Amino acid sequence: MAAADAPAPAALLPRRRGIELSLIVLAVLLSVYGYCAVGLAKDGTVPPGAAGYGAGLGVLALLAHLAVRLRAPCADPLLLPIAVLLNGMGLVLIYRLDLETPGDRAAPTQLVWSTLGVALFILVVAALRDHRLLQRYAYVCVVAALALLALPILFPAVNGARIWIRIAGFSIQPGEFAKVLLAVFFAAYLAANRTALAYAGRKIWRFERLQLPTGRVLGPIVTIWLLSVGVLVLERDLGTSLLFFGLFVVMLYVATGRTGWIAVGLLLASLGAVAVGRLEPHVHSRVEDWLHPFATIEAGEGPNQLAQSLFSFAAGGMSGTGLGLGHSVLIGFAAKSDFILATAGEELGLLGLSALFLLYGLLVERGYRAGLSLRDPFGRLLATGLASIVALQVFVIAGGVTGLIPLTGMAMPFLAQGGSSVVTNWAIVALLIRVSDSARRPRHAPQDAPLDAPRPTPHGTLPDPLRDEDPRRPG
Amino acid sequence: MTRHIRHAAAFCALLLVALLANALRVQVVQSEAYDDNPANRRETIARYAQPRGDILVDGVPVTGSRDTGEQLRYERTYRDGPLYAPVTGFASQVYGTTFLEHAGDDVLSGADPLLSPFPLWNDVTHGRPAGGNVVTTLNRRAQQAAYEGLGGRKGAVAAVEPSTGRVLALVSSPSYDPAVLSGNDAAAERAWVRLNGDPDKPMLNRAARQTYPPGSTFKVVTAAAALDAGVITDLDAATDSPAPYRLPGTTTGLTNEGPGCEDAPLRDAFVWSCNTVFAKLGVDTGLARMTRTAQAFGFNDVNVRIPFAVAPSTFDTSLDRAQLALSSIGQFNTRATPLQMAMVSAAVADGGQVRTPYLVERTTRQGGATVATAGSRPSHQAMAPSTARLMRELMVDVVREGTGTNAAIPGAVVGGKTGTAQHGLGNAGIPYAWFVSWARGERDMEPRVAVAVVVEDGSARRGDITGGGMAAPIARAVMEAVLTS
Repeated sequence: MAAADAPAPAALLPRRRGIELSLIVLAVLLSVYGYCAVGLAKDGTVPPGAAGYGAGLGVLALLAHLAVRLRAPCADPLLLPIAVLLNGMGLVLIYRLDLETPGDRAAPTQLVWSTLGVALFILVVAALRDHRLLQRYAYVCVVAALALLALPILFPAVNGARIWIRIAGFSIQPGEFAKVLLAVFFAAYLAANRTALAYAGRKIWRFERLQLPTGRVLGPIVTIWLLSVGVLVLERDLGTSLLFFGLFVVMLYVATGRTGWIAVGLLLASLGAVAVGRLEPHVHSRVEDWLHPFATIEAGEGPNQLAQSLFSFAAGGMSGTGLGLGHSVLIGFAAKSDFILATAGEELGLLGLSALFLLYGLLVERGYRAGLSLRDPFGRLLATGLASIVALQVFVIAGGVTGLIPLTGMAMPFLAQGGSSVVTNWAIVALLIRVSDSARRPRHAPQDAPLDAPRPTPHGTLPDPLRDEDPRRPG
Repeated sequence: MTRHIRHAAAFCALLLVALLANALRVQVVQSEAYDDNPANRRETIARYAQPRGDILVDGVPVTGSRDTGEQLRYERTYRDGPLYAPVTGFASQVYGTTFLEHAGDDVLSGADPLLSPFPLWNDVTHGRPAGGNVVTTLNRRAQQAAYEGLGGRKGAVAAVEPSTGRVLALVSSPSYDPAVLSGNDAAAERAWVRLNGDPDKPMLNRAARQTYPPGSTFKVVTAAAALDAGVITDLDAATDSPAPYRLPGTTTGLTNEGPGCEDAPLRDAFVWSCNTVFAKLGVDTGLARMTRTAQAFGFNDVNVRIPFAVAPSTFDTSLDRAQLALSSIGQFNTRATPLQMAMVSAAVADGGQVRTPYLVERTTRQGGATVATAGSRPSHQAMAPSTARLMRELMVDVVREGTGTNAAIPGAVVGGKTGTAQHGLGNAGIPYAWFVSWARGERDMEPRVAVAVVVEDGSARRGDITGGGMAAPIARAVMEAVLTS
């Protein structure tokens, strides 16, 4: 692990836009195949909308590809195809569940939201020439994020959580957007203050490692964290709370390299979990369900959602029942959103589910890779933060529905029904495309020229703890 | 920072591994436990996702399936439901299955692994094969004749083929239409409540699941035991039988319905159904030999399955001599199902052999390929062949000139025995009319059918209830149906 903090080699990387295009075509074809498979299994015919659906998804994917080709030509070629495939599979799964729930047509709505998401993707890729521009808007971001988080408190709770706002028939989950804004803020703030956070402060105990920064440095960040957690407790949303907190800890750790942060983070997390678990009946019942998923069956009340979800996964077995042939609709009202993964698990089996997990893993890995290849701390932290959002969210929801951890209502990125979620995830992928473009761009390419934004501290002038390599190493 | 990004990435990889390992646990390691959880409705949904196989009588289905388009998609339908209800039972989405629907459920629902073309085939395809069919041994015309003969009166008919044990008719009356229980809606629930609350117990299978005191029809067993034991060697020799007969060790005197029973030879006593002669005969034969013969006929066998369980018929094995005397004329604790009495009659017809009765000839796949056949069934000797020959003689005499003339069929050899069974506290209940018989057609080498009929008719006047009067015509109709088919 003596890896240098040095960025990617200066040599010209192949751009691989052709590979991206082939993979996108493959992703669209796979989705169309899934769509047809559902129709064949349910009605014995290819569904009438197959061509339109394929064309719609294909056009969206091609437009996104064009935007990348024109405005981020060096971007990682895997990010966009993965996003297209996940979004396409999500549409297939939602369409498949629509067939079992007469009167509820979620797939067309999801396609509209996907279109909006791709539009936002194109907008970000086209308009945001350099990710470092975002650094300037750190405080705008955090204010917006907190406002978005606070907004649903004014609206009535839905299914026990106060995280939605409903306007004119549309329901929006503002917390979804807030997580990107918070990641931008954390990245900017930590990039600017990481020296102080890592270095200043007094020792506690005898361990050199466990050092707390001064209140002046720590103050704002803890304040913001407390605010967001406070808002989330009011909204009774353990999932988002966990996500924000995990994001915070990961980014703090990456920025400062202090293992102490992990200890403090875990401690705070456990304290928070215990406190919330005790005080909040909604969360408490989730923990109870996780510990005893079949308690309601034994009580003669029939299986709860988690039990139904476990039944679904188990029914899939190794190779799945085949698209359209499972019974995950038994899960009930959240089958298309929180529990969408159960349909994948039942109908695609362990093999299909593992493939999905690996797709997410690949997406996250490409994010981290972009972070590793970048040179500016803000970009590195931003890429790490965005990848961590995806990783944590996938883990929290997938772990929840498979009984690994207590269930928290979150959206499986790209897969689950939910407009805010799809749009947000397209924004995340757009930002990752942008940072990966910077990361893979030859070092002296024009766009790498200094901007008027504050440049990161020049590499090599940092004091020891912030440099991974041996300081004596010739730089 | 690089190192810490790598740490964070490694942490994410760890989370991914945890997810994959947990998915493996849920989907493979513990999947069977989840699949088998009774609250998991998948098995039920899969079970009703396809039409159920059919139960066939004379090659024609008496069942069917109806597509409801609901989550539990196919419902059972029945053709001539009340006629075959004691055979088919019901297949309800709520109340489960009974009788052949129950015993043949794996084949009918497609769950039987024998139905798939290759081992493990269904594990690969995730499908289940189409439901197979259950081919019964029933004779459609005999079944109809029995049902119509009972004409809605409370009672039951069982007919078997003596040489094989195939059940040719199994009728219980009053009956019900099992179709009303098929679905899972409120109507099925109402029907369930109504049928269970009905004092006539239409869902009771009186032919196989209800035991009655066999009354005088049990004299077939007593006579066989006496002949086998050598207590009687000459059918026409006078016996030492007082009438009335004082039950041993008591002051109770046993009388007869008609005159002429004092010291009557076995032939006359059988033909005119003398209680006194047979009560004494049983006592003379002794408990051990009476028990042995009764059990050889199938009494006290708790394991009779055709393939659904048949209520065990009983012959008490610990009796004093007075009780033995009453038991020998089919009273006291002696109880028999109509099916058991048909077996007794069949044993006489088949040279003393008792064949295990069976109702399923074979099971087939949807296309007709045989999955399993009834195979050879165990049989054993209930009495010596010579005894069986004498018993046939006695039974033929009953129909020719005795109490069973109503069962006579022109051009056929018919043997029978009437019975009028007392029951209830102090014999206060309205007696059951019994008739057991067998018949051999003119051109047959051996008897083709053995029948037992019981009529428990609460509406008739007590004096009118006799086996010969009420039950024998029904038996004749069933035997005719078999002989002419």
